[in-house]
Amino acid sequence: MSAAPHKDYQGAKIGMWLFLFTELMLFGGLFVLYAGSRALHPEEFHNASRELNMFLGVANTAILLTSSLFAAAAVTAIQRGSKKLALWLVGLTIACGAAFLANKAVEWSQKFHHGIYPNGPALAHSPPGEAVFFGLYFIMTGLHGLHILAGTILFGVMFVLLARGRIRADDHVLLENSGLYWHLVDVIWIFLLPLFYLAA
Amino acid sequence: MMGQEQGHIIPYRTLLTVWAALLALTGLLVIASRLSLGAAVWTMLTLTPVKAGLVFYFFMHLKYERPLLKLMVFVALSTLVTFIGMLFLDISFRP
Repeated sequence: MSAAPHKDYQGAKIGMWLFLFTELMLFGGLFVLYAGSRALHPEEFHNASRELNMFLGVANTAILLTSSLFAAAAVTAIQRGSKKLALWLVGLTIACGAAFLANKAVEWSQKFHHGIYPNGPALAHSPPGEAVFFGLYFIMTGLHGLHILAGTILFGVMFVLLARGRIRADDHVLLENSGLYWHLVDVIWIFLLPLFYLAA
Repeated sequence: MMGQEQGHIIPYRTLLTVWAALLALTGLLVIASRLSLGAAVWTMLTLTPVKAGLVFYFFMHLKYERPLLKLMVFVALSTLVTFIGMLFLDISFRP
């Protein structure tokens, strides 16, 4: 008789939250930088924000909020033992992550096309505050985009583990922790939307 | 408490309600941002934390967690808010 592997459900979740705190401080530092820079250049931030496409920003918010619904519902589904529904919901979460990144690619290529990128021609002739705004925009949405990419890959792994029966009704903490990560990345976007897209 | 070892199950209905509230709050933020700068700033400072709170509380199961985890999250968020508050004190009182 082999001993069951040691599992600590509460410990696993506390560990995940501790990691999320470090993520919070990583983005928190950038939010502090944003707040300080905006206090120094209020006018330039206001004008630069007009360059951003509010529609794309709001559309991406709706996509991420919906993906969070799918991710949370996937946990409920597997807790209730419906593996097929959980697989569908995880798949939909991945699709939302991909849609978000596609949207972001369209947005960034439009900016590049207009010469708006760090050291780009459009920013070289604009007031310094606007270059700071776009520097923060690319760093913060870029770092956030990397997190979306990581989360999408993570949910791809969860899809495989679900399909293979490694994640089950009585052992679903991996899916729950992946969900926690996804929701935190969603929360960060909730703050990015008003700071960049609605600041005009 | 032992029965809760595998976590509380949140009904789909609750999740849908939270999702609808999040979308509605986003709509309010967008409308307010077009009204005036004052409305934009005030809704940003109030509605955005409410949205984040809804995600933390329901989607991230915080409502159903033990007091220890709630306290940990509170300490982490308070630290961040303190940093931001101290930064604004520095900026506002600079000679």
